[in-house]
Amino acid sequence: MATAISIEKVSKCYRLGETHARTLADQATAVVQRLAGRKVAAASVEDFWALRDIELEIAKGEMVGIIGGNGAGKSTLLKILSRITQPTSGRAIVRGQLSSLLEVGTGFHPELTGRENVFLNGTILGMRKAEVTRRFDEIVAFSGVERFIDTPVKRYSSGMYVRLAFAVAAHLEPDVLVIDEVLAVGDAEFQKRCLGKMNDVARGGRTVLFVSHNMQALSMICSRAVLLAGGKVMMDGLPDAVIAHYLSSTADKETLSWNSAEGLGSEFARLKGFRVSSASADDAHSFPTSSPVCVEMDVEIDEMHSSLCVGFDLFAENSVVVLRSYDTDADPAVRVQLRPGRNRIRCEIPPGLLSQGRFELAPRIGLHNQEWIVHTDPLIQFHTHLAHGTSPFWATLDGKNRPGAISPILQWRSLQAQSEG
Amino acid sequence: MSAELDDNVFGHEHSIVISSETRPFSADLKEIWAYRDLLLLLIQRDVSVRYKQSAIGLAWAVLQPLVLMLIFTIVFGRLAKLPSEGYPYSVFTLCALLPWLYFSRALGGTSDSIVGAANLVTKVYFPRLIIPISKAASGLVDFAVGFVILAIVLAWHRVLPGPEILLLPVFIAFAMLTAFSTGVWLTALNVKYRDIGLLVPFLTQIWMYVSPIAYSSSLVPDRWRWLYSINPIVGVVEGFRWALLGRQPPILGPLLLSLSIVLLLLVTGLIHFRRTERTFVDVI
Repeated sequence: MATAISIEKVSKCYRLGETHARTLADQATAVVQRLAGRKVAAASVEDFWALRDIELEIAKGEMVGIIGGNGAGKSTLLKILSRITQPTSGRAIVRGQLSSLLEVGTGFHPELTGRENVFLNGTILGMRKAEVTRRFDEIVAFSGVERFIDTPVKRYSSGMYVRLAFAVAAHLEPDVLVIDEVLAVGDAEFQKRCLGKMNDVARGGRTVLFVSHNMQALSMICSRAVLLAGGKVMMDGLPDAVIAHYLSSTADKETLSWNSAEGLGSEFARLKGFRVSSASADDAHSFPTSSPVCVEMDVEIDEMHSSLCVGFDLFAENSVVVLRSYDTDADPAVRVQLRPGRNRIRCEIPPGLLSQGRFELAPRIGLHNQEWIVHTDPLIQFHTHLAHGTSPFWATLDGKNRPGAISPILQWRSLQAQSEG
Repeated sequence: MSAELDDNVFGHEHSIVISSETRPFSADLKEIWAYRDLLLLLIQRDVSVRYKQSAIGLAWAVLQPLVLMLIFTIVFGRLAKLPSEGYPYSVFTLCALLPWLYFSRALGGTSDSIVGAANLVTKVYFPRLIIPISKAASGLVDFAVGFVILAIVLAWHRVLPGPEILLLPVFIAFAMLTAFSTGVWLTALNVKYRDIGLLVPFLTQIWMYVSPIAYSSSLVPDRWRWLYSINPIVGVVEGFRWALLGRQPPILGPLLLSLSIVLLLLVTGLIHFRRTERTFVDVI
């Protein structure tokens, strides 16, 4: 089979600390001081190898998922393949036209109308203007914003904005498509559409490289998965095997915290700690479902933002999301108030909800409908055993779980009795 | 397998080799041509955003040269009584204001262009040079508006340009080249040193005083002419005055000096830009 991408010993080194002298004035002062014979504390420059000697061959028509923890080098690899940054050494050869989708709506300008933005965004993504013209009606129909196509996009709701932006991206027809976590933005409906579109793309014989934290989607649509860790290829093979290996190697802790310098997130909000515990600590390794499961998050915020949501996704063993919870879910009158500085917040998963098994938690911090600040794979895990049922028929003799990730005790009523009475 | 064989082996139209090496400049030019639609749309975006955003829109492009022309005429023409080579001071200064206003706007736009387009640069690939080119080009719309005003002012004073006006496009190109080659230096530097952005307005202000905008270059003593012409805007403005008013052709020597300074800026600016563009994303 023909090769679509061959990556030969690609490495990328970032010089940490070098980016600190960011003003000409600083630089000039340093030079003057050095000329004056004074010893200047050299800015601590440290090499960080985001990628090291990556070797990969990707065949035409393959749908490859790339997984790995934060800092594993996934985004750097995508950036190199999409030519946004250059490798430090090595080379990659891409055969055919490549489009990369590292976000939807790149280059959208709020003052311009939907129509103008479609053309601008389409050409930014590498289409010719004539191509956009030809597919314009299709794009607009797919987005469902026909009525507002001549309205400036600053008047769009965030949902409309994302739909229009995705519609443009969905009508790209490259030979090789590189996609970063774009699916993480938007609602479930939108994500479903994205996955469907990606499936179509793959079936059309095109090559797709897909970075995602959505293991379920990955195992469904990819024909191959590559696990990166520390800038190297750790494992390469069938998605299910690679995912299983990855998950078993990551989320095996119940607590995770970062020291003062680190933390996940961006400049204005960082996750500093992430823990799960049980109110009744009779068994450290398995939580009884009769007690609440407490998820604690330490979040450091520099700047408050009205649409900041802090929460987590709860995953069951098969990587299916059981639920997502945010601090902003509750009524504004009673919800927790985050403040600038360090916040410690706790969420209780009520007793009698979860079933028996292994669960994983992935932190989710984001600006609602705009961007993710923290969106990682599951980082911590816990085990539960069934303890909330009081009926003699609750447990089975063989100790096997009843099916399902949750097992709330539901109400049953007799309808017959009512109609007779 | 080697990259050179790919086309034959796989029968694809093209393949891209991504490596740490810098490719030849001709490949850049070819790619800019391939992305010409994007270039045009970026220019269109700039122009339409500019006229949509400001409440007075077009009026701004009209008012700016007119108001400056009036101020310069009153202050330098009436009060200071500076010579204007025998033309009404308003006509004399407007001929210089048009290229100057274009230049200062284009310089401001290009020097800020890469940092201003950080959201594009970090998310998608296209030839980066397109960004400063689009900024240097989008300023031409205001320039064109300025020419309409100039035509009216010339008619008002009954000044008719001679055949020299046919050479005006050459000097317009000269003005664009000056703005672009200075801007391409500054925009690449601005990525690494953010105070360049603060420096540019100050630089532009000083630059105006060392250019013959409000006064005639005949005020500069002959022995300083060569030094004065290191400033390429001197060549641009003299060219404009000559092409439009036609009395004094620019002295060839200093004009060629101005031109070679611009070409030097352009070549070094492009080399510098190409050397730094590969790390834009890493430091932006």
